[in-house]
Amino acid sequence: SKQTMLSSSRAALVAAAAKLPRLVTRYGYCTTAAGERQQQKPLSPKITTHPTRNDRAKDPRWKDIDMTRAVDEADVVIVGGGPAGLSAACRLAQLNAEKGTEMRIVVLEKASSVGAHIMSGACLDPKGLVELFPDWQERGAPLHTPVTGDKFYMLTEKRAIPLPLLPGMPMHNHGNYIVRLGNVVAWLGEQAESLGVEVYPGVAAAEVLYTEDGSAVKGVATNDVGIAKDGSPKDSFERGMEFHCKQLIIAEGTHGHLAKHLINRYDLRAGREPQTYGIGFKELWELSEDRWRPGYVEHGVGWPLDSGTYGGYFIYHLNEGSPLAAVGFVVGLDYSNPYLSPFREFQQFKHHPHVAAALTGGKRIGYGARALNEGGVQSLPKLTFPGGCLVGCTAGMINVPKVKGTHNAMKSGSLAAEAVHEAIGSGEIEPATYEEALRNSWVYKELHSVRNIRPSFHLLNGRLGMFGGMAYTGAVWYFTRGREPWTFSHGGTDHEKLLPAKDCKPKDYPKPDNVLSFDLLSSVALTSTNHDHDQPPHLTLYDDSVPGQVNLSVYDGPEQRFCPAGVYEYVELDDGSKRLQINAQNCIHCKTCDIKDPTQNINWVTPQGGEGPAYNGM
Amino acid sequence: YIHIINKADMAASKGLKILVGCKRVIDYAVKVRVKPDRSGVVTEGVKHSMNPFDEIAVEEAVRMKEKKLAGEAVAISVGPPQSQETLRTALAMGIDRAIHVEIPLAQLEKLQPIHVSKLLAKVCESEKPDLVILGKQAIDDDCNQTGQMLAALLDWPQATFASKIEPSQDSKQLRVTREVDGGMETIDVSVPAVVTSDLRLNEPRYATLPNIMKAKKKPLAKMSPDQLGVDLQPRQEVISVEDPPVRKAGAKVESVEDLVGKLREKGLVK
Repeated sequence: SKQTMLSSSRAALVAAAAKLPRLVTRYGYCTTAAGERQQQKPLSPKITTHPTRNDRAKDPRWKDIDMTRAVDEADVVIVGGGPAGLSAACRLAQLNAEKGTEMRIVVLEKASSVGAHIMSGACLDPKGLVELFPDWQERGAPLHTPVTGDKFYMLTEKRAIPLPLLPGMPMHNHGNYIVRLGNVVAWLGEQAESLGVEVYPGVAAAEVLYTEDGSAVKGVATNDVGIAKDGSPKDSFERGMEFHCKQLIIAEGTHGHLAKHLINRYDLRAGREPQTYGIGFKELWELSEDRWRPGYVEHGVGWPLDSGTYGGYFIYHLNEGSPLAAVGFVVGLDYSNPYLSPFREFQQFKHHPHVAAALTGGKRIGYGARALNEGGVQSLPKLTFPGGCLVGCTAGMINVPKVKGTHNAMKSGSLAAEAVHEAIGSGEIEPATYEEALRNSWVYKELHSVRNIRPSFHLLNGRLGMFGGMAYTGAVWYFTRGREPWTFSHGGTDHEKLLPAKDCKPKDYPKPDNVLSFDLLSSVALTSTNHDHDQPPHLTLYDDSVPGQVNLSVYDGPEQRFCPAGVYEYVELDDGSKRLQINAQNCIHCKTCDIKDPTQNINWVTPQGGEGPAYNGM
Repeated sequence: YIHIINKADMAASKGLKILVGCKRVIDYAVKVRVKPDRSGVVTEGVKHSMNPFDEIAVEEAVRMKEKKLAGEAVAISVGPPQSQETLRTALAMGIDRAIHVEIPLAQLEKLQPIHVSKLLAKVCESEKPDLVILGKQAIDDDCNQTGQMLAALLDWPQATFASKIEPSQDSKQLRVTREVDGGMETIDVSVPAVVTSDLRLNEPRYATLPNIMKAKKKPLAKMSPDQLGVDLQPRQEVISVEDPPVRKAGAKVESVEDLVGKLREKGLVK
């Protein structure tokens, strides 16, 4: 079967890769002795110069540098100023006001301003917001576009077949709002600040700090600044600072880097399935006025994705004064063909006559991409650890068929806040009541009911693909609503599903026409992403020789295609060999590379705070 | 309120008193978009930061303090309410206190260097700095005028495009190295003077979190153009703002003969 074929070839690859000295450890942040590297002659010049992979304690260039960090204390530190993190912050502040307790709550957000790294559709189910701020309307939350119409299509190469959307189906959107989530998050940040929360944008949490005996989390350290590209200290070098806290809430969004580290350290996925993901693209279009239908929501599946590749699209028409629409595309990262380019599938999709009809005469004004979690309840890790917990997409709460996760993220943030408040009050190290509260909430009920829809795509070994999934939803789920006694498995991690290039056919994508479809680099320019060029690339490799030896030779360098920002490039050297070049400046912090790298050799860590994309109301 | 320093204070303080100008502009990495009505560029929700040349000016003032050449460094910004964030960044880099001249929204888009230099000149009358350091130009309008106009209004010497500032040989003046088209020019200027910063003057430090937190406690005073008695009547009218023309695709030729042939076709070569 396809699965066993995959596992045996994967095993062979792992065995081959294991022969190369690897510096990977269970705990992503442990640095290793520089001495170990010297045993192996580097096959190409050094790519990874980041301090997380090069121990500065053993580096002569750092011997006279003072590495002490300033230390500050807070009661709760929240890493990530998105819907989940800010909901947790606001709920905590509300609880303090209610119960007369006092707490110092600090939110650390790596974007230069709150909301600048937010990338979402978004068609918001307001129930998470309503519970947090029943008076959200008076407070001026930017929910300006109630959904007025809702359609679902199946695209073939030439046609768009409408499919019935019955009430109760997950894609039915009555009562929801089309929003620019970045603006909602900016508003949430203002609410948090007005409630007394300290919100620090432009600050990245780079390292988790542990107690003396290493058993519990005691806080985080922010990023160092002023390290040169070759890993040496610049004149402007300054150490990050430490925040020691009683409880740490990780709200980094899908596949957060501190979350990845904590999940490994505390083995939070034991007995659960690994997380599975999709990559979501979104463009903001200024439509021609006659094609603008404010409040209209459209979802669909089909062309140009082949039936074996999971994915779909959305078009949301905003109603905020100008004829704006959000056009988006999701590709499941469990695809198997290394020649597939999710970005180019998206660009090609816009040429479908039905889609082109909406976009013709319009102008693209925004672009962005972000990985999203698709694993549902099967992939939820244990949510708490000694000293903190995981909230929102970082744990993985997107309702995939509904294509919505913000309401669950906000609710999980609120529930975590309640558990954290209780834990601090009682002196408990682990906010253990959080997980139970989530399991008893509407978040879990909702996720549990749709748990079999995404994996039903793999029915009969994936031979039916999207048809299998849709048939299951219509024939089984519509009646059982998740009460069926079985739970489908996702069948392994996304990166394991990639097949070697020799077993797959290259894909022929059409050239962009610069009217409806565009090339990668001009798209990346629209994200306004930027990083200080003179710093170690934050896309770190556990082993610099693996890209050439495995990724390129076996998989034809799939990272050149799945990165939505053109970070990874194989350039030819004078001797004819190819070397991986990492254009870290282009990175838009989507985390897809860390997820889909077949050798799991890429470890995304945070660059300096304030860097990355500058999305405007995405 | 207007902060007034009397002559006695100035004489008592050690080192120069520096006034640094900083402007809040659209971040240099942002893809700028022209508004559909062609009246300007989109600024709403767009990432803004301190003008890069002003960051260099702020850094220079802080370094002069560290070298004990300067005693006090004050930052000033003329702009909308959000300019306060820019001033907080300057305070976090090591500036002692800040002044915000707030411009009402209606007049913001029509604000020009002539107005800014008049406002700065008025502030200089009361603050009496020994040295004003400004960025050589702002990256949004690329005017390169405010420093020069300010020096003229105050009748002070100016040293523009500075790539180095140090005390002169007799320590009574400032020796400034300027970047000019032909190379570098070194001049001595007496204080008080206006200096504008060029790219190679220094590499600005990062505003790190501990300093950002400390900066919250540093004084930030607000002023209005009316208080300073400056008229903001626009002297120019923007007719339209447009995208630069789309670059036409080039053509690759295989040989020199082809190239000459193509040049002949276009009438560029006889």
